Formats: sequence, C-alpha cells, structure tokens
Amino acid sequence: MSYRSNLERVLASGRFAVTAEIGPPKSASGDAVRQRARMLRGHADAFNLTDNQTAIVRLSSVASAALCIQEGIEPVVQMTCRDRNRIALQSDLLGAASLGVRNVLCLSGDHQTFGNQKGAKNVYDLDPIQELVVFRRMRDEGMVWGGDALEQAPQVFLGATTNPFADPFELRAVRLAKKVSAGAEFVQTQAVFDLERFERFMEQVRERRLDEKVHVLAGVIPLRSAGAARYMRDKVSGMSVPDEIVDRMKNAPEPKKEGVRICLETIEQLRSVRGVHGIHIMAIGWEDIVPEVVEQAGLSPRP
Amino acid sequence: MIIAEQKEIARIIEMIDGRRSVLVAGCRSCVAVCQAGGEREVAALAEALRLHAAAGGLERSVETVTVERQCEKEWVQEIAHLVEGKDAVLSLACGVGAQVMQALYPEVQVLPGLNTSNMGAPVEQGVYEERCGGCGDCVLHLTGGICPVARCSKSLLNGPCGGSQNGRCEIDPETPCAWELIYRSLVRLGHPELIEVNIPPKDWMPSRHGGPRRIVRKSAVLSDEERDRGVGL
Repeated sequence: MSYRSNLERVLASGRFAVTAEIGPPKSASGDAVRQRARMLRGHADAFNLTDNQTAIVRLSSVASAALCIQEGIEPVVQMTCRDRNRIALQSDLLGAASLGVRNVLCLSGDHQTFGNQKGAKNVYDLDPIQELVVFRRMRDEGMVWGGDALEQAPQVFLGATTNPFADPFELRAVRLAKKVSAGAEFVQTQAVFDLERFERFMEQVRERRLDEKVHVLAGVIPLRSAGAARYMRDKVSGMSVPDEIVDRMKNAPEPKKEGVRICLETIEQLRSVRGVHGIHIMAIGWEDIVPEVVEQAGLSPRP
Repeated sequence: MIIAEQKEIARIIEMIDGRRSVLVAGCRSCVAVCQAGGEREVAALAEALRLHAAAGGLERSVETVTVERQCEKEWVQEIAHLVEGKDAVLSLACGVGAQVMQALYPEVQVLPGLNTSNMGAPVEQGVYEERCGGCGDCVLHLTGGICPVARCSKSLLNGPCGGSQNGRCEIDPETPCAWELIYRSLVRLGHPELIEVNIPPKDWMPSRHGGPRRIVRKSAVLSDEERDRGVGL
C-alpha cells in the first residue's frame, strides 16, 4: 500500500498521530514560517497552515506550505470556502499539489466580519462538503467539476474540520457523516476542553460507525493565560470551556505552566477515547511550546 | 417585498446641491410598506429639504408625487408633466423604480434617495428581515421552508458551521442560525432525514452570477398581429 502523505501513513498504521498548527505571518517574508518549521521539525507528523484565520490577511497557506516543504516538514494546507470560488479552489488545489502538498483540509472559514477586511464580499460558492466532493472527484476521477479531464490528478489526503461543541448538538455527528460521505479521510476537531461533551459526541460518531471510516484528530489548545480561557469561554461561538478550566488558570501562580498541564491532561484523556486516532495542537502564536507538549505527552519521537 | 431605507439626509442634500427644482417621487408599493419611500416619507423628506433650502437662503422648489408602482413604466408615464423641466428627480423608490424613472425621462437626472437592501418581509412593526437570496433555483422544499442562501451568513447548503451556538449565528447575536431553524422545521414537518442529504455544488447561473437576468414569459409576449391590433395598450 502506498500512501499519499506521511500523515496518512501514520494514521493507517494505527499509531496515535500528532498534527500541529502554524499560523502564517502578516508579512511578505517567509522567514517566520521557515523558522517555525525548523523549530517544529520532527515534533509532529504534519503541520496545518491556516488560511487567513479569523479573516485576517496573512501569507497564503499554499505559499506557506511550499516553504514548509523546503524546510523538510509535511504541510496540511487549509483551504477555506470564504475567499475562493470553485475556479480558484480547484486551481489552488492543483497549484498546491504541484508544489508537493499532499494533505488538504477543507473548511468554511471564519466569517469575514471577524477580521480586518469586514467589507469583503464573502464567496461561499461551495460549502466545505461540496469542496470535498469536488476535490475528491479531481483526485479519483481525474476531472475538474463539470467533467473536463486533468492531465494529472492531485494526489491528496483529504481532511475536514468537525466541531463537537457547536449547536444543534445532535447535528454535529450528522454533519461529520456528510463530510465523510463527501470524501473526508481525516478530521480535526475544535479544541477540546469539555471532555464530557466530547465523549458524548464520540458516542454518536461510534454509533454511526464513522470511527471506522474517518480518522478523528482531537484538537487541543495549550492555554497561555486566564484571559485567553475566559475569552474562549465567553466570546467564541462553538467553543465550550468549563468554568473549572478558567478557575484553574486564574488561580495558577504560573499560568503558562498550568496551561501546558491542562493540555497534557486533556491529551491523556483523549488517548483513551475510542475512535480518537490522534491530536491536533493549535498553539495560536505560541508554536514554540509544541515540542514540549508532544514530548511530555509521551508522543515523541514521531515515527 | 423589496426592503429599502432612506439615505442620510446629509447625503441627500449633497446629491441635490445646485439643483433649483427637485421632484421627490415616492412609490406606494414595497417601500411604502417598509416606511422608506411612501407618501408619508415623501412629504416628510420634501418638507425637510424645503426647510434646509430656506435656512440656507437657497432658491429651490421642491415638489412631490407618489406613484402606484415606480417599477412599471405605465404608472411612471403618468407623471410626465411633473418631471419635465425639473433639474432632478429624487426617487424614493427602490433601485428598480429609480432606473425605470431614469429610462423614461433620460433628459432629467434621477437621484437615489434610498438604499435598496434586500428581498424580505416585515417581521414586526418597523422590523424587516431578509428572506430570499434570489438565487433562481429555489431549495425551500429541501430546507424546511427556510432559505439557507439568504439566511445563513455563509450560504451553506449542507448544515450549520461550527459557529452555531444556542440557535444564534456567530456573526451577530441578533441573527438566528438558519440551519438551526431549518433543522427544527424539518423535524416538525416529519422529514429530519432531509438534513442528511448531501446537496451538490449549486448551479449559480440562474443567480446573478450568470450575468444580468432576463425572464421571457412566452405566453405573455404579444405577437406582431396582437401588437397591430393594439392589445395590451
């Protein structure tokens, strides 16, 4: 069996996978991406490059991925439906594949009203489920949407996001099932702080036997401060941060250490949840903590 | 109906700067219902413009008229005697009405007094909400009678994104999550299975993305012979 990417190989082997996020800079220089890539090399199986996250203009995810490849780490390119119609999405998939990208994550993207381009048109020609359908057809049938043949199909491992903490709760597994039937081979979840709700979500996932069809990588965020925990609890739709976590951060003499401790405890618990095949670390500007988290979680060295 | 709202008075005053005779032209249809350009709003705006002119010592006549429907030339034709000779018409119709007015009276500049917003409905006195995205390929039979194109902030066709919380959309606590509404409606209608259907990429051609739209209803178009006989006049 040949695998399209290292991430696919690790997941197929049944080993617990680790992915981590790299936020591209607000810069025309790729130095920050290169630096982070060098610092993170060997500490995860693949690295997500976010696509203008929270609708703030940054170095493009495809260009950032190319820089990562040059630095010897495997990228997961995030491609949102917010900014590109089906022409641009398909073209960027071909472009990414031509640069050596082998993992692509399909997602709707944060609405533009959150970012620094509030007056932008929102595109949403495709939704992420349709994006998966189109990308899978390009890969498996070697044709673009509409039927024109490609000279070479993009060989990519297709991913999506899933959020167990948004509402209506009973639709979360339904939407995951739709993503799986559209072509998602792996999914990364919104950050888990509320394990009780996450377990209930995974129960629904297992009831539908989705855990046999898709690799679920549970998202984790190492918290840096009580303020960050409070913000996520109170201000971010689709996140669930229990009061207990906020209190622990608030009362900790060294909040950063406490944040790492909470993250490690969460990872430990996630590893025992049936159907969870890996973790996805979103350090959000604190990428240099990732090696420590992976090592202390006992997940080093990476295969 | 079409929902519109009046431009700020300061913007309107800027637009009519230098015009000595202005006709404020309202419409008794949609914009009257949403209280932006009906008879009452025409009278109030005209009075405000007269006061502004008087206060600034400007020589300006402001007349008013409100037609049944400014989007149909048959109604707009009837006010030729009021339009001709004016420096400008300040249209308090939607963008459609303002353009029909301009097309009929190409020698007189028509200025937009309203910002046309959307196809929506009054939900309570003074509150109007968008309901239809005019996509040209209706999916309401699949979505419990609630339009995801117009009412989901991302126009998603396959369920709620990760920003749906407590029935609200992440972009604004005043905005209900369309997919929560769709889901509840499908359950009430006894068709929760529809939420599991993958809707394929939408053909946006019938939407504005296929270029400006034109619909020809052949059965209603007059034949040459009918035209000669004067049918429809």
